[in-house]
Amino acid sequence: MKALILVGGYGTRLRPLTLSAPKPLVEFCNKPMLLHQVEALAQVGVKEIVLAVSYRAEQLEKELKAQEKKLGIKITMSHEEEPLGTAGPLALAKSILSADSEPFFVLNSDISCEFPFQQMVDFHKSHRQEGTIVVTKVEEPSKYGVVVYDDKGKIERFVEKPSVFVSNKINAGMYIFNPAILDRIELRPTSIEKEIFPVMAKAGQLYAMELSGFWMDVGQPKDFLTGMCMYLSNQKQRFPERLYNGQGVNGNVLVDPTAKIGKNCRIGPNVVIGPDVVIEDGVCIKRSTILKGTTIKSHSWIESSIIGWRCQVGQWVRMENVCVLGEDVIVKDELYINGGRILPHKSIGTSVTEPQIIM
Amino acid sequence: MLKAVILIGGPQKGTRFRPLSLELPKPLFPVAGFPIIYHHIEACIQIPDIKEVILIGAYQPSEALNRFISSTQRELNISLRYLQEYTTLGTAGGLYHFRDQILAGKPEAFFVFNGDTCCDFPLTEMWNFHQQVHSGEHFTMLATEATRKQSLQYGCLVENEDSHEVLHYVEKPQTFVSTTINCGLYLLTPEIFTHIGAVFLQNQADIFNGGDYINPVRDCIRLEQDILSPLAGSKKLFVYKTNRFWSQIKSAGSAIYANRLYLSLYHTTHPERLATANDNGPTIIGDVFIHPSARVDPTATLGPNVTIGAGATVGPGVRVRESLVLEGATLQDHCCILHSIIGWNSSVGAWSRVEGTANDPNPNNKHAKIDSNTLFSEEGKLNPSITILGRNVVIPSEVIVLNSIVLPHKDLRYSIKNQILL
Repeated sequence: MKALILVGGYGTRLRPLTLSAPKPLVEFCNKPMLLHQVEALAQVGVKEIVLAVSYRAEQLEKELKAQEKKLGIKITMSHEEEPLGTAGPLALAKSILSADSEPFFVLNSDISCEFPFQQMVDFHKSHRQEGTIVVTKVEEPSKYGVVVYDDKGKIERFVEKPSVFVSNKINAGMYIFNPAILDRIELRPTSIEKEIFPVMAKAGQLYAMELSGFWMDVGQPKDFLTGMCMYLSNQKQRFPERLYNGQGVNGNVLVDPTAKIGKNCRIGPNVVIGPDVVIEDGVCIKRSTILKGTTIKSHSWIESSIIGWRCQVGQWVRMENVCVLGEDVIVKDELYINGGRILPHKSIGTSVTEPQIIM
Repeated sequence: MLKAVILIGGPQKGTRFRPLSLELPKPLFPVAGFPIIYHHIEACIQIPDIKEVILIGAYQPSEALNRFISSTQRELNISLRYLQEYTTLGTAGGLYHFRDQILAGKPEAFFVFNGDTCCDFPLTEMWNFHQQVHSGEHFTMLATEATRKQSLQYGCLVENEDSHEVLHYVEKPQTFVSTTINCGLYLLTPEIFTHIGAVFLQNQADIFNGGDYINPVRDCIRLEQDILSPLAGSKKLFVYKTNRFWSQIKSAGSAIYANRLYLSLYHTTHPERLATANDNGPTIIGDVFIHPSARVDPTATLGPNVTIGAGATVGPGVRVRESLVLEGATLQDHCCILHSIIGWNSSVGAWSRVEGTANDPNPNNKHAKIDSNTLFSEEGKLNPSITILGRNVVIPSEVIVLNSIVLPHKDLRYSIKNQILL
């Protein structure tokens, strides 16, 4: 089986992190975002993965070569000259995807959930039509495009931002298609959601499969943190042994074994601490991700923030309200950072009391 | 024999110092570990000829005032009395009302202090200067330099640079007069009462010559406008200029500035009052005063310019900078206090941050004074100021209190920024 992952562009929504690393390599819960999907695909027997990217990413290619060997699968990059939307990349990779008659996966790259790939294959084979899309339940459907389908899963229509309730299920960005779909797609910028799915639904060729469990698009910092909380609570249920239970830990916390945590700290709930991170004494961290090689000095307090790679956060610093620190940022002692997005290699010497971007 | 009089005002005064003056007369507010006027009295005992210090004000006698008087008398071994005005009499009116008490024992001269100043008081120098002036009965006032702009907020005077006579005096002029400003410290002789008496009699006569019977300020005589202004140019008023530190204490924000000035003065006057780093104590940066009865964890970091009051508790990993922590306050683990005043018996929870904005004079101009900012800007927005917690305020763990004023007895539950919390 094969899969195509829609990686797309520069990942601007996740800046300043994506100024230093391509988005698929940014660690979500201590693992590059892309690897969560790639590993789950490998587990259900996918042998070849196509990454649809619209920029040259040598760092990404190099990293994936290493993963190819480890997981025993083939990973190809499909470079778009111009952004081709969500359907165009399928046409570009037609030769690979249509090499056999097996159905193939198509995935948006920013999704965090308990990937239901085997279930998708089974469901897809059971209804024998051209396509299956995974749907997930949301609380406020009027914010999204919703999917209306019958009790067998056959999709009737899509309604964009409904003003009256028609459904609470939205497209979860995970699909499985027969190669026949490729005949519907031309090599030009095309939206699969707006231009392809409605036609397929009309022809009775598109089915919806409901996702049980958590789902989050983690493509921007606020949702990244929400998705992290969901992921950690899912890990707690499935693999409680993967979570950290050292001293001063509160709730679901993931700590890389190479990280060091000082005395009298309170870590958690919902914290991810990456490799080689140093947390000094008396630090309190809640609902945050600390990426590789960063040091958090004594008595600091951090909530709802993403601290990038190799940062230095001083003593008695307070950070809250979705701060995002790029790579190698230095925050001096005793500062207050409220919702600051700080670009890489910056040294911060005065407090940022209102949310803003620091160039 | 000399005496000293400290004018401490009354409860109608010092409103800009709220909420800290809500429960304690402002002159008793502790700066660098001691009440504001304690520093005046300490300066007085440097001159052995000063045999008595008299406080004049309109405060009702209170336990705080009584306790201050009895403990200060004992500690400094000087006669100290409080004389209460029956109504606000003005700076000269109060002196005149109690002239017999002031003149009892026949002092040859007496100092008069405004109670809301802080200064490295040059009393000996002023007394020597006063004696060197040969101009019959005369009076001396202390003056310092201000910036051209800020001078308009003070009493401005023009001197004869050779004789140091005050040629002209005007209180808070609307246009520029002089950068030499009145420090609110005078050296007066008993003859001053002739001048105040004349004004008193004139005021009384005016009332019965078609004046306002009901006007309650009929007894009020102001030293600056009513006495000094007319004396200027009459060869009776002289000025001694100082370039030592001097500041008014008007807003609560100026208490932090005054704290810094007095702490720096301790290097020469009371080095034993400054905390020093030792193996079993907290980390000390710059000038810090810790009351002997305060408990400070050795892992805390204090300074510069910090005062920790009596019985206060400073927990592990706490950071305090440019702040006053008043008697009985508790700072819990890892909290961070910057540019703030933590009120009596208040507590700050673990990992909380209490932070204000410094309101210091321009450090690049040695004559700049602290601006006694109004609370609100002309657009009606709260000006960023130091953060003040009133008495018995509870700040929970892990919140931030930024540029805010919290009135007494408030139990806060969440973070606040740029607010006055009633």
